Amino acid sequence: MSDTPAGNGVVEVAPIEVGDGLVELLNGFIVQLRLAGLPVSLTENLDAFEAVQHIPIDDREAFKYALAATLVKSNAHWRAFETVFEVYFSLRGRHFDIDGSDEAAEAAAVRDMAEGMPQEMMAGAMEAMTPEELAEMLFQALQRADDAMMRGVARQAVMRFAGMEPGRPVGGTYYLYRTLRNIDLDRLLERLMDAARDEAGELTPLEERLERDEAQIQIEHFRQEVEAEIRRRLVADRGAEAMAKTLRKPLPEDIDFMHASRDEMAALRHAIQPLTRKLAVRLARKRRHGRKGALDFRSTVRHSLSYGGVPAEPKFRYPKPSKPEIFVVADISGSVAAFARFTLHLVYALSEQFSKVRSFTFIDGIDEVTRFFDQSNDIVEAIHRVNTEADVVWVDGHSDYGHAFEVFWDRWGKEVSSKTTVLVLGDARNNYHAAQSWVMKEVAQKARHLYWLNPEPKSYWNTGDSIVGEYATHADGLYECRNLRQLTKFVEQLA
Amino acid sequence: MEHRFESVAAVRDGLASVNYLADDGIAGVAYLADRLQKPVLIEGPAGTGKTQLAKSVAEMSGARLIRLQCYEGLDESKALYEWNYKKQLLRIQAERNTEASWDELSDDIFSNEFLLTRPMLEAISAKEPVVLLIDEVDRVEIETEALFLEILSDFQVSIPELGTVEATQIPLVFLTSNNTRELSEALKRRCLFLHIDYPDMERERSIVMAKTPDVSEKLAEQITRIVRSIRQLELKKAPSVSETLDWARTLVLLGIESIDADTVSDTLNILLKYQSDIEKAAKEIASVGVEA
Repeated sequence: MSDTPAGNGVVEVAPIEVGDGLVELLNGFIVQLRLAGLPVSLTENLDAFEAVQHIPIDDREAFKYALAATLVKSNAHWRAFETVFEVYFSLRGRHFDIDGSDEAAEAAAVRDMAEGMPQEMMAGAMEAMTPEELAEMLFQALQRADDAMMRGVARQAVMRFAGMEPGRPVGGTYYLYRTLRNIDLDRLLERLMDAARDEAGELTPLEERLERDEAQIQIEHFRQEVEAEIRRRLVADRGAEAMAKTLRKPLPEDIDFMHASRDEMAALRHAIQPLTRKLAVRLARKRRHGRKGALDFRSTVRHSLSYGGVPAEPKFRYPKPSKPEIFVVADISGSVAAFARFTLHLVYALSEQFSKVRSFTFIDGIDEVTRFFDQSNDIVEAIHRVNTEADVVWVDGHSDYGHAFEVFWDRWGKEVSSKTTVLVLGDARNNYHAAQSWVMKEVAQKARHLYWLNPEPKSYWNTGDSIVGEYATHADGLYECRNLRQLTKFVEQLA
Repeated sequence: MEHRFESVAAVRDGLASVNYLADDGIAGVAYLADRLQKPVLIEGPAGTGKTQLAKSVAEMSGARLIRLQCYEGLDESKALYEWNYKKQLLRIQAERNTEASWDELSDDIFSNEFLLTRPMLEAISAKEPVVLLIDEVDRVEIETEALFLEILSDFQVSIPELGTVEATQIPLVFLTSNNTRELSEALKRRCLFLHIDYPDMERERSIVMAKTPDVSEKLAEQITRIVRSIRQLELKKAPSVSETLDWARTLVLLGIESIDADTVSDTLNILLKYQSDIEKAAKEIASVGVEA
């Protein structure tokens, strides 16, 4: 390799054998995956080594898919894998070489996984551009859905606007915000729409809708490019391992309801659909199989006829455990609204498993919201209406569990019966109002079960104005439900 | 061992020649499955071509497709092998008059002649190249999954009375799952994993063009754009690729050149299967662009 032109700080490498370099590289990668919460077993690790030997090593996409196929065994983990992959391998390739630093060159020596874009040529021309020209270029890239150009602009934009300084302890979102503030994506969207209108003359509503979707997808794509570029630079600054740690995103089932960002909320919403389906199948199966019931004498005698009257094949009655009736009483004030939403979604998606589901929401007033779910087949829409139309504010719109419970007992208390399971959702932060915990005591006596689900971490319970302990003394169970994993576990044992 | 495929590109082109348009991920995993001699577990929403992939791989490589449809209550006599006990009974009755000892007889009736091969045993004892498709593996109970493990990792079947039957050739194995339950770790570990999602717009358009001969390019473009927009709504069941194709065929049959809002709402019932979904999509499509 002595005669390699070293012009752009790139070292050409011979095809990779399974040398120490690759072994170490992959091992490091797998450690990062495990740290991100992905279960990677030893056999899968070995499979990955074998797999990468069969693919052309300069093909980054193929490399990624080979690793994904052997290491990731659930679609829910794909995003986590992608992030770790991008961070870990982001410097290992010419295309990502930022300033020819030692680290980058060293990494490039391990592997060169360039994507073959005419980046270098374009980057030179772009540096000389005025901001207006750059904006124009972005506009065209978006319009033509030109990935390479978009990446180039993203790179320029980050260089100009993000103001990244080495060693500064600031998160990627800050740089993202600074970059995008200078670009004004909303105006770009309008410009794209205007251009589409000009081109087609008049747009029918349908066309308008389609154009807008298209433009939004392109803009989202650009945003991701900017994010990726920032990430690349941060990796160059801080090293892959340190970055992987800060970027580690929780798996959808581990996202904390109370502190989910907008993106995480979207991830949660996507995760809940397949989850409810899975849960419904599992519960239906459990109901069908499960315990065997008492001997069915009649059926046994009937079947004994085929054995000449010998009862060789005893038949059992299948027990039909009665389905519980569910009352959900949910706090939907700001801090815990997301939790209430997901729990309602889950309970209603499984409503076939229950004989009846009724739901009540409160902040300081309480309202029955079952009607929204009865009127609409669409759970998402119903929940939206709960949040906007339910009459839950009594005085000031700050949680008042005591008053809400009192009204609940007055108006619906007599409908709680020995078949009813009552779920109370909330953090029991009562703003120092009267607790009225006698209501919980009455409910617990009348109902079959009373459970309290608290979205706060256990260590916060009974601190400040939280009086969950006082309420829960009467309940059959008090559960911490901070994420989907805990919530599903609870719902499963409920039905 | 001979490899079936030359390169990832060869797989992709081969699949394209039998009208299956694979993306890099799909072709890459199929290629690796052959090289590593490992089964592929395919997951993804219904109607995205999971089963079709196995069929197309069989078709392109000229292999025989052996299919095992899974269902609740599947057992080894349906999946692996079964003794042909009627024939065994006949044999015993025929022996009754001769003086054969029981040992000879039992050796005799537990031989290949009395063995009924079921799909999995058939796949490994076949002489010619075979693609084994285990369809909807998530439908069997978790205990039954264990039946598959031996064949998936070692390509052999142990029959207590006969010994171990080893594969004469390594079949390509595809398992599909609709993800109605979590599969066991043991099964996942033995497989390569492939998630087939809804295709991106480019690919879906090519699929529509390939599978609906009379469709114009403009119509195909419109179809895929509308389908993409509909998939972004929160629906009970998003339209699958096969439903997109049905829709495309319908539009072609109706002689529609260009889609407007009325056409969409009139034919939505082909794309969507739930009344609430249809209502929601119709409303969304008609009320466009008001909210950002």
